[in-house]
Amino acid sequence: MKARVTVTLKNGVLDPQGKAIEGALGSLGFAGVGAVRQGKVFDIEIAENDRARAETALKAMCEQLLANTVIENYHIQVA
Amino acid sequence: MKSAVVVFPGSNRDRDMIAALTRIGGSAPAKIWHADSDLPKVDLIVLPGGFSYGDYLRSGAIAARAPVMRAVAERAAAGVPVLGVCNGFQILCEAGLLPGVLMRNASLRFVCREVGLRVETTASRFTRNYRKGAVLRCPVAHGDGNYRADDETLARLKGEDRVAFRYAALPGEPASGNPNGSLDDIAGILNERRNVLGMMPHPENLIESMQGGTDGRPLFESIVTSLEKAA
Repeated sequence: MKARVTVTLKNGVLDPQGKAIEGALGSLGFAGVGAVRQGKVFDIEIAENDRARAETALKAMCEQLLANTVIENYHIQVA
Repeated sequence: MKSAVVVFPGSNRDRDMIAALTRIGGSAPAKIWHADSDLPKVDLIVLPGGFSYGDYLRSGAIAARAPVMRAVAERAAAGVPVLGVCNGFQILCEAGLLPGVLMRNASLRFVCREVGLRVETTASRFTRNYRKGAVLRCPVAHGDGNYRADDETLARLKGEDRVAFRYAALPGEPASGNPNGSLDDIAGILNERRNVLGMMPHPENLIESMQGGTDGRPLFESIVTSLEKAA
């Protein structure tokens, strides 16, 4: 089973990298770019056929390693 | 003093730390590889600076899940002093032994320079030999030193006198001296039990006058003094 985990910064957490990207897009001439927030994507192959069990395992992975829940949210998408 | 320095792939301040501990603690610390699951019986455990696992995922994130960290957490819970410097501080936060997180410097630049460091509390075995309010000169060298925590955590840290060090302006410096944008100028914090200290600056690099100062010595001497008083 394949899954995609997306980790993003929580609202209100300062994202200097996103800000720098935002500035660079502006200097390339892209008008109308609002806020840019940078995140991470993980494509994970998991040896599991049961969707619910896969989601439970992926949630544990997010909580224990993939996201730092002090500053980040995560979203799990099982293919 | 018997001490142990934990070495991860990518640690690079372990030798400086070992030199400081050997000089002030009176004996060479044990070097513990991150994959070990046992720790020798020691009076102090140190997580040194560096770039463990190349800062992959988040600074300190992978190291915090290394086998040895389970043993470090057990010792910390048993009251053994644990010191994390720079990447060591990041690892302690990622491991949940200290609250909050260290994010990318607000400037997005790696900062390598001397900063002012104010001693905010002397009520700890790491800072007892300092004078409260003293401003030390201490080097920093990091890209992820921007300490963040939620309002509740910050209020607790302040209310429980757990901010050990804050950045401060050096004489002649116009700004606050904060090199990374950290919340409330925080440079180092203690855990609830006050036996775990994490800090971004490098006291191990201020041991001999040839290093440009000896402001780091009292930190290590404090630990030795605490052990002597406890004995």
